[in-house]
Amino acid sequence: MLSSVLGAIELGFLYALMALGVYITFRILDFPDLTVDGSFATGGGIAAVMISNGYNPLLASIVAFAGGIAAGACTGLLHTKGKINGLLSGILMMIALYSINMRIMRGKPNIAMISVDTVFTSINPWIVLPIFIIIVLLLMNWFLHTDLGLALRATGDNDRMIRSLGANTDTTKIIGISLANGLVALAGALIAQQSGFADINMGIGMIVIGLASVIIGEAIFGARNVIHATIAVVLGAIVYRIVVALALRVPWLDASDLKIITAVIVIVALVFPTVSRSIKQKKLAKKRTAELTGVLSKGAAGGDLHA
Amino acid sequence: MLEINQVSKLFNPGTPDEKIALNHINVNLRPGDFITLIGSNGAGKSTLMNIISGVMKPDAGDVMIDGKIISHLPEYQRSRWIGRVFQDPMAGTAPHMTIEENLAMAFARGKRRGLKMSIKASRRQMFRESLERLGIGLENRLRAKVGLLSGGERQALSLLMATFTQPDILLLDEHTAALDPARAELITRLTESIVREMKLTTLMVTHNMEQAIRLGNRLIMMDKGQIILDIDEQRKKSLTVEELLGEFARISGHKLSDDRMVLA
Ligand SMILES: Nc1ncnc2c1ncn2[C@@H]1O[C@H](COP(=O)(O)OP(=O)(O)O)[C@@H](O)[C@H]1O
Ligand SMILES: [Mg+2]
Repeated sequence: MLSSVLGAIELGFLYALMALGVYITFRILDFPDLTVDGSFATGGGIAAVMISNGYNPLLASIVAFAGGIAAGACTGLLHTKGKINGLLSGILMMIALYSINMRIMRGKPNIAMISVDTVFTSINPWIVLPIFIIIVLLLMNWFLHTDLGLALRATGDNDRMIRSLGANTDTTKIIGISLANGLVALAGALIAQQSGFADINMGIGMIVIGLASVIIGEAIFGARNVIHATIAVVLGAIVYRIVVALALRVPWLDASDLKIITAVIVIVALVFPTVSRSIKQKKLAKKRTAELTGVLSKGAAGGDLHA
Repeated sequence: MLEINQVSKLFNPGTPDEKIALNHINVNLRPGDFITLIGSNGAGKSTLMNIISGVMKPDAGDVMIDGKIISHLPEYQRSRWIGRVFQDPMAGTAPHMTIEENLAMAFARGKRRGLKMSIKASRRQMFRESLERLGIGLENRLRAKVGLLSGGERQALSLLMATFTQPDILLLDEHTAALDPARAELITRLTESIVREMKLTTLMVTHNMEQAIRLGNRLIMMDKGQIILDIDEQRKKSLTVEELLGEFARISGHKLSDDRMVLA
């Protein structure tokens, strides 16, 4: 029990990178980017091929990050310059990446990293991972508070305004989507190294897992500002992994049931705020109507209406 | 300063909804001009603003600033010269960002946006001083999200953001129309003082006839995609609302109709 929770926390740190990428596209740019399912495997594939061929695992992880950036840039270009609908741009890129990833992995759907060093060899993950995530959080928060970062955030918040203030929103979108997929691919590379293999299908459902992490984080820890929100995303990714680890210990649940559990988490989180808002609205409308008509009927008919 | 030369714009060409929004328009804004622009609904006033700011490209004709043709430049490149306030108070600010972040973005107008921190202590002091001039207490709420502000407060902030870097040209498209009368009056007063102090060359669309006469040094009237009247400072001084409406009816052959029109 304890060991599975500890393992979940460790995995959570790695998946947090992916979730931060999803946070950039989904929350900051307001762009539902499905490239993620492909670029996650791109990262894993690049790392596995390079490391099993004797390259330095750190170098392999950096190349994986760059590979994700390239994939994101393609999606961004399709959407901004090609004027293709955002969802469709991501789906097209995700499909194309399947073939590209297969090429990267030399036609093998699964590559193991046996008896080679990875970034996890000879480190203590309990020290290195938290420090690494904190550094990523610091870098990301620094970037999102620079002039360029502000323009990126405004692109998702009010693109008409930031264009009228002189930012090229095509460029800011491409930068944001690239950066997001870079993080996702880096997560793929690290998770492949941690588990000792890369699989062509390792990215399936990643977007939903990322969304679940973002939403869980926001629900539990809040999202008052960017600093708060990014920390919440990391914590959300860890909580998600713990939920998954615990769910796997329930005897009548299969590992394959995880996807529907994840989907349900996201659905509830997306539906709940809208429904609760409209219920509140209705209540308020009822109350105000009662108040207003009460005043009117009293004023107009002096209460005779009820006689 | 700003020259609009034979500009035409056609919407939905070749469809049953085809519509000539601008029909060979010529306008010349001299430095320091403050022009009020009036006209019926659908006269093409907003389309003219969109073509000046680069949101739309003209189908024919040129837009020039200081003798340079800028018709081919995208909106974000023209913003160096052009500040703009929209009718919708929601349109000019980013709701999920703070007041100081919004101001920092306005401050970066016309500059390259790089990896420098957007808010520093010195800038924050400058933001506070600019906000104080609005006189509505926003200087004490630098870190409040703009989405929490009222429509009037947001529009005051939009006005400040549009004029922060002293643009060559200020475009105001019915920027008080969505506000209640008291708020509209406040924004009008702020507009007047900012335009005067910064000596901004301004083009302001308004549906308030009294305001159109009182403000600025020129009044332009549009109808059906054309400029039908251009009144200079001298004549504007003695003009009354009745005369203005009469003039409009005489030239255009119909009454000035605007569902939000305010006469006094
Ligand atoms: N994006 C657009 N697509 C099609 N028709 C438009 C568009 N924008 C404006 N129009 C039409 O062009 C005409 C001029 O509109 P507009 O410039 O908004 O008028 P005004 O601001 O003077 O009320 C109107 O008939 C309007 O319906
Ligand atoms: Mg208009």
